[in-house]
Amino acid sequence: MAEEQIDLKNIPQLSKEDFVSDQMVKWCPGCGDHAILKSMEKVFPMLGVRKEDFVVVSGIGCSSRFPYYMNTYGIHGIHGRAAAIASGVKIANPELSVWMITGDGDSMAIGGNHFIHVVRRNIDINLILFNNKIYGLTKGQYSPTTPRGSMTKTSPQGSFEEPFNPGELIIGAQGKYYARGIDTNPKMMVELFKEAASFKGTSVVEILQNCVIFNNKVHELVTSRETKDDHQLHLMAGEPMIYGKNQDKGIVLKETKLETVTIGKNGVTKDDLLIHNPNNPNPGIHIMLSRMTPPKFPVALGVIRSVAQDTYEQLMTDSIKMAKEKSSLKNIDDLLRSGSTWEI
Amino acid sequence: MDIKKKNPIVELDDVVLRFAGDSGDGMQLTGSLFSDSAAFAGNDFATFPDYPAEIRAPQGTVAGVSGFQIHFGHTSIHTSGDLADVLVAMNPASLKATLKWAKPNATIIVDTDTFIGKGFAKAGYDSNPLEDDTLDGFNLIKVPISTMAKKAVEDMELDNKVALKSKNMFALGVVLFMFNRELEKTNAFFEEKFKKNPLIVEVNKRVLRAGSNYAETIEAIGQIYNVQPAKLDKGTYRNITGNIATAWGFLAAAERAELQLFLGSYPITPASEILQELTKHKQFGVKAFQAEDEIAGICSAIGASYSGSLAITTTSGPGLSLKSEAIGLAVMTELPIVIVNVQRGGPSTGLPTKSEQSDLMQALYGRNGEAPVIVMAATTSADCFYSAYEASKLAVEHMTPVILLTDGALANGSEVFRIPVVTQLADINPPIVEPNDTDYKPYKRDDDKLNRKWAIPGTEGLRHRIGGLEKENVSGNVSHDPLNHQLMTQIREDKVQRVANYLPDQTVVGDEEGELLVVSWGGTFGVMLTAVEKMNVDGHKVSLAHFKYISPLPNNTGEVLKKFKKIIVCELNNGQFVKFLKINYPEFKYQQYNKIQGLPFMVSELEEHFSSILSGK
Repeated sequence: MAEEQIDLKNIPQLSKEDFVSDQMVKWCPGCGDHAILKSMEKVFPMLGVRKEDFVVVSGIGCSSRFPYYMNTYGIHGIHGRAAAIASGVKIANPELSVWMITGDGDSMAIGGNHFIHVVRRNIDINLILFNNKIYGLTKGQYSPTTPRGSMTKTSPQGSFEEPFNPGELIIGAQGKYYARGIDTNPKMMVELFKEAASFKGTSVVEILQNCVIFNNKVHELVTSRETKDDHQLHLMAGEPMIYGKNQDKGIVLKETKLETVTIGKNGVTKDDLLIHNPNNPNPGIHIMLSRMTPPKFPVALGVIRSVAQDTYEQLMTDSIKMAKEKSSLKNIDDLLRSGSTWEI
Repeated sequence: MDIKKKNPIVELDDVVLRFAGDSGDGMQLTGSLFSDSAAFAGNDFATFPDYPAEIRAPQGTVAGVSGFQIHFGHTSIHTSGDLADVLVAMNPASLKATLKWAKPNATIIVDTDTFIGKGFAKAGYDSNPLEDDTLDGFNLIKVPISTMAKKAVEDMELDNKVALKSKNMFALGVVLFMFNRELEKTNAFFEEKFKKNPLIVEVNKRVLRAGSNYAETIEAIGQIYNVQPAKLDKGTYRNITGNIATAWGFLAAAERAELQLFLGSYPITPASEILQELTKHKQFGVKAFQAEDEIAGICSAIGASYSGSLAITTTSGPGLSLKSEAIGLAVMTELPIVIVNVQRGGPSTGLPTKSEQSDLMQALYGRNGEAPVIVMAATTSADCFYSAYEASKLAVEHMTPVILLTDGALANGSEVFRIPVVTQLADINPPIVEPNDTDYKPYKRDDDKLNRKWAIPGTEGLRHRIGGLEKENVSGNVSHDPLNHQLMTQIREDKVQRVANYLPDQTVVGDEEGELLVVSWGGTFGVMLTAVEKMNVDGHKVSLAHFKYISPLPNNTGEVLKKFKKIIVCELNNGQFVKFLKINYPEFKYQQYNKIQGLPFMVSELEEHFSSILSGK
């Protein structure tokens, strides 16, 4: 299996139905997770991967029930450890298409260590981070991404912790791929999941996801019909950073900061806008983009960073191949008899 | 003057030799080179390194003393020995720290160059121990080792430090001469080890020769000893430490099971060497993953196990604590995984470089929920090879986690290992499901073993999900059904208990019935065996049941225990196995003998204790 090359011609045409599991989906009605699941079911048949080669791995939390709802191989792990389990799956068999489903509690708090290290190692895992900025499964405590001042069950006077911005954390951990989508835009999710699958390395896709019960409308400004166009920046590689209901707003780099401008005002033209380059190894602009927060800025959506680098498992496979070619030890009997031995 | 001619060589059955010096003095290398020469001479032997937790504690202090003990003989050697016949002390601190491990009439070789000025004050002596009555009764051999080592290479115009660094080889030269050993083997080692640096080869060779020549010339070494080759079975032999043997046992198991070996591990004393060793053997396709922490170590192994690898994780006590939750996941998902715990003194950080058997209860019970696993314990450094092999076999054939307990003394200690032929080891048959097996259900079980089958991602027709939530028997679907939970809890317990049907019977050394049965487990085998054999030679009827399989216990355990009037359970902890026996066999009375000093048992203390039991005192 590990050594086998996938023969693309022999992959049967797959459909969404191939990936729908027979288990009842038990998320709350109206939960953003449903839309993410639907998008994923759409994407898997498009990837040219045998259905037996998908493995979906999760930790603990609402999002982490995901593997039970996909008809693939899957592991529902323990809290925070999905990244470590998925790393083992992928390193052991690099031919598998490994998807990790996690949330802001699972990966930013209890699993923070594994999260930064999987990203740093650039293991080819597609890591979908559902960010609803709250602990849902334990019923409403603040998470590491909960904004300051949020009233939750464990912050009745408002949270006074500084939240993580996942994008900054990923890039700070030497991350090579970071995209952001939103659960109300399935079309974009499909595109982002496809791109994440094609990237060789840890591709983190943060989905701004709504918890209808404990943190409803946390992304309201970015999602509501009235305000979303002025608060969503859809990044496209090689294209100017333009947004707004009338496509007249944009992002410029002024000295060392990003600023919003209106085309046509103060002599600003489309040519003044920043051109998005997700492939730039220098993470400066990518960090600034991931930090943009409404209402002052739109939220940056799309592929923010995508920089090619060797994957951990490829380097390991190469080093094994090299060792096999070089070593005079062909089996364990050789090893046992190597070095200093004597006969009686 | 040739003392070989003057005095006939005295033949000895066995000798305990201890090198002690500052942790920068190279005592471990010196000891292992002497071991090589013992191997070359055909002796049986066992070694025990004793080093401080600090890499370089303040020079010249007792805290920084590093020791290496070797017990070699022409008789069977099962332990690294109680007290030293010959002690080499490179400075006052090492004399202070190790004199209590020397026999009353031992030969003590000291480097007199270090017994000056502040040296003995730093070591905690009020006056020069070479001049007061500290060493009365010992056969003291004073050698200006540092000066002589420097002199041996003075025409090479070396940096003073480089010259002085070779002083351990001078000491080795003295001892090799004393035991009538040739220098060729050691010289060959220098040539191999330092082949890129001919200067260092020359320095070491010269200083070693100088040490040997010096010993031959001076009057002080009045006697040369010889230890004849041991009567070992025919075969190819090597010297092996427990950690290396553990690593190699897994390599052999992976080869025989035709599985890829995956190790997920985080460095921790005294287990790191297994990780280091396996990273060296990529030519066998081993994937050794140095994880970000202990939890990632085991979780990556669980992921690899799901993907069809022989998956292992290695650690020591505190690391086992961190892995507890993930072991529970492996229990629930019924995936094969071997967890090696190289035990050290605890609790908490405890005594990282000292050995203990105090993680038994943690291995048996240290998890949330009812989470039974197989627990076994390696008995000697060489047995670590077979234990790792067998742990792998049990894990994959029974689809369960196995905790393999070794300990710091086994891990770093070494002994003579008769090299097996890998194809002659027991077959390993993992229950891997064939593609498109329509009969496959994730939690459908084998009637005898009660194990589920191993369906590996990438295989057609077997897609399934597993996880930490309770599973419905057979289907493997998530289930919160009360009766199912009770059933599954009992099946998981039963599955592990049934492993006993696949284990060898518990054996007894000595008579199978009698007055006193000594019970022990794991890494104390060598010393227990030596003590019991000696007592039998001296005419006392004592038997030994030494356990390797702890959970489940061998099926005949009760039969073994019931044939003795008295049972004494000896452990390097506060009484954990004895508690376990009391739970499983409450019908017997147990006495216990416990030592919790971070040190191995001594044969002499065991003999003394057993004698007092026999005499009814």
